[in-house]
Amino acid sequence: MRHMQTENNDGRTAPAALAEYSLVLLYLAAFAVLSFTVDNFFSLRNMLGLALSMSQVGMVACTMMLCLAARDFDLSVGSIVAFAGVLCATLLNMYGSVLIAIVGALLGGALIGAFNGAVIAYLRINALITTLATMLIVRGLGFIVSDGQAVGVSNQGFIALGSLPLLGVALPVWITALCFVVFGIVLNQTVFGRNALAIGGNPEAARLAGINVDRNRLLIFLIQGVVTALAGVILASRITSGQPNAAQSFELDVISACVLGGVSLAGGRATISGVLIGVLIMGTVNNVMNLTNVDAFYQYVARGSILLAAVLLDQLRTRRENG
Amino acid sequence: MSGLRFEDIRKHFPGVKALDGVSFEAHAGSVHGLLGENGAGKSTLLKILGGQYRPDGGRILIDGIACQFQNAAAAIAAGVAIIHQELQYVADLSVTENLLLGRLPQRYGFVQRRAARLHAVARLRELGVDLDPDARLASLSIAQRQMVEICRALMRDARIIALDEPTSSLSHGETEVLFRIVRDLKARNKTLIYISHRLDELYALCNACTIVRDGRKVATHAQLSTVPRETLVSQMIGRDIADIYDYRPRPLGDLRLRVQNLSGGVLREPASFEVRRGEIVGFFGLVGAGRTELMRLVYGADRKRSGALVLDGAALTVRSPRDAIDAGIVLCPEDRKEQGIVPHSSVAENINMSSRRHHLRARLFLNKPHERDNADSYIARLRIRTPGHRQPIRLLSGGNQQKVILARWLGEPHLKVVILDEPTRGIDIGAKHEIYHVIYELAKRGCAVLVVSSELPEVLGICDRIVVMYQGRIRGELPRAAASEQKVLQLALPSDQLGAARIAVR
Ligand SMILES: Nc1ncnc2c1ncn2[C@@H]1O[C@H](COP(=O)(O)OP(=O)(O)OP(=O)(O)O)[C@@H](O)[C@H]1O
Ligand SMILES: [Mg+2]
Repeated sequence: MRHMQTENNDGRTAPAALAEYSLVLLYLAAFAVLSFTVDNFFSLRNMLGLALSMSQVGMVACTMMLCLAARDFDLSVGSIVAFAGVLCATLLNMYGSVLIAIVGALLGGALIGAFNGAVIAYLRINALITTLATMLIVRGLGFIVSDGQAVGVSNQGFIALGSLPLLGVALPVWITALCFVVFGIVLNQTVFGRNALAIGGNPEAARLAGINVDRNRLLIFLIQGVVTALAGVILASRITSGQPNAAQSFELDVISACVLGGVSLAGGRATISGVLIGVLIMGTVNNVMNLTNVDAFYQYVARGSILLAAVLLDQLRTRRENG
Repeated sequence: MSGLRFEDIRKHFPGVKALDGVSFEAHAGSVHGLLGENGAGKSTLLKILGGQYRPDGGRILIDGIACQFQNAAAAIAAGVAIIHQELQYVADLSVTENLLLGRLPQRYGFVQRRAARLHAVARLRELGVDLDPDARLASLSIAQRQMVEICRALMRDARIIALDEPTSSLSHGETEVLFRIVRDLKARNKTLIYISHRLDELYALCNACTIVRDGRKVATHAQLSTVPRETLVSQMIGRDIADIYDYRPRPLGDLRLRVQNLSGGVLREPASFEVRRGEIVGFFGLVGAGRTELMRLVYGADRKRSGALVLDGAALTVRSPRDAIDAGIVLCPEDRKEQGIVPHSSVAENINMSSRRHHLRARLFLNKPHERDNADSYIARLRIRTPGHRQPIRLLSGGNQQKVILARWLGEPHLKVVILDEPTRGIDIGAKHEIYHVIYELAKRGCAVLVVSSELPEVLGICDRIVVMYQGRIRGELPRAAASEQKVLQLALPSDQLGAARIAVR
């Protein structure tokens, strides 16, 4: 009797927890191998660099996790990052106040997020289409505000934001770590987070259980807008300018990281630890490719392959678990 | 020998021994009933037969030949058709496409729509099923979708046909059609396995019957007709139930809820009714009579065209389920898969989903220890079969999922009106008994309980009053003392169908 071939969905396979651990183990193993094989990989400097390079993706992955958990989707985050950066730099040059600039940029992000959420939740337009549209619109807004040019900043206080080391670690990394803590708590310890999962798992059941589905979705997009704008502000500070064409295909990095971390595109399943691992995998791959001087062209191929692998993984997981 | 034989079938899931050595034989040309509590392992056995699960041990013999199906396709090819408890259709495709799913007639890769349609129409007629071949499945009632599912299996000309609780959401008329089909298949020398929690149906259809409990076979009765009902029940649940309904009259209080001129959706004529504190009111009618729609309007799940609610003497505005729940009105929906469970979430999540807001810490954070205790207490109280509160709910058996959804609402602290839409669908006799007690308990606390049910004996057995609906309106009302099967049916049916339906209810 052949017993090993079909992927029957009957629970013979390891439970979800184990699948999650296997990803952690896989990552640790890869990390160990890379430490020995790739020069300069395992050094404090490189680790900090890696963390810094992933800080934007990491922050936004936290909110994207909520979004995907609720069976939604957001393609506009890349454009929001660029727009917020440009807006922040412009406001800074106009008023000279870091506070006004940051608050203005975050407010801009909140508005865009709320717009996304309102259209998706209340006008019932598909999230993919809506955010595809806002992705173009907001990218356009970025160009309009900046007149198509990079907006340079010279405010030292603002520039410090992106590089200031705190206990030897740059501020953006701290902010990202804070995001992971906060959204981990939001997902696991608050009604809001559990409701997001319930909505993604079965929207109609969630509604009949008294969950205000529309308001929750709106709120998720709004929060996503704010956090994404914050990522844009930090990016602007790191590159000392607001670039209207920054963060191209950023949304795909974020979504790939989430899916790699076991967040289901079908909604209803997400863990913060998974997302963290997903982000680390993405960051490590990019980092290693840079260290080993992989041609930029090939990097695209590699990143695309990872995205595909991530989605495939999600597929397999869903197929296995669908009793 | 011809027929089907299970030999020492064993199957375990993490934390659950679903089947622990089940053996029995079903003969060609007969219907073999399968009876057991929720979670006893009936569906698992059928999934093994259908190639969906592989057994840990034991074997299946068809016509004396051992078969080991690697997947569902292999089982279908070997002539096994399973009609699963949870329907498996494509909601956006038409009846024709669903019937011929995977086998649509084609030429050069193009679907031959006309040929497909003709084929479907011919087979539907042959089976005596009245369905529009072009209707999208999503536009059909659950009962009609189930008919499609059954027809699809039958169209594959299987030799072995197993039906897992096929009548749980069928109307009288449709049940009658199904019975006719089953008897017809029996006459054509097929081997049939039939799972149901309704003993009447088993007596009406089955020659033999096997009872399973906790994954083990308790008994096989070769001649079901000679076995008294009490024996079946006690073998199934391991104890006797003298009177499953166990009704005791209780004093009724003041008026609790008044529904005035409610209309919307298919409810064209405004409906009005009243319930008192501690009263249990049954809503009976054919599938599609508008009972579910009426309840959803009360609950704020659908938009009203007109109507007002008065709760405890004060006008009440309900625009969404949220409003209703805040006012103390809750609803257990009829379709647990689509509207009840959040499949990937745990049993505890599903239970605490609504009531958790009353137990927050610092008004923001979940009270995890309380949620755990709450879940565990309902798992014990309703005897929900699960390895623990962490188990994803989709891995529970159908009846146990139903109990979880019930538990979700029992945890609400200030219940005033409890609406239960088909609360015992797919639930075993022992658990029914327990749920009736929960209902009585609620009523004793002063809740008004509205029970929508298609099972006439149940409505007659537990309700203080019965409201009968027909074609989108309330046609009449009977107090318990005056209600009889005859009188209720007279109100529920078009007058010319009375005779036929009585047979189906038997
Ligand atoms: N894929 C699975 N993973 C884990 N446990 C499972 C799985 N499928 C079934 N079970 C468990 O196995 C036991 C038997 O389930 P099964 O669905 O066969 O019960 P059943 O007799 O059909 O009950 P019901 O009358 O409620 O439909 C249950 O305790 C159930 O929770
Ligand atoms: Mg079952």
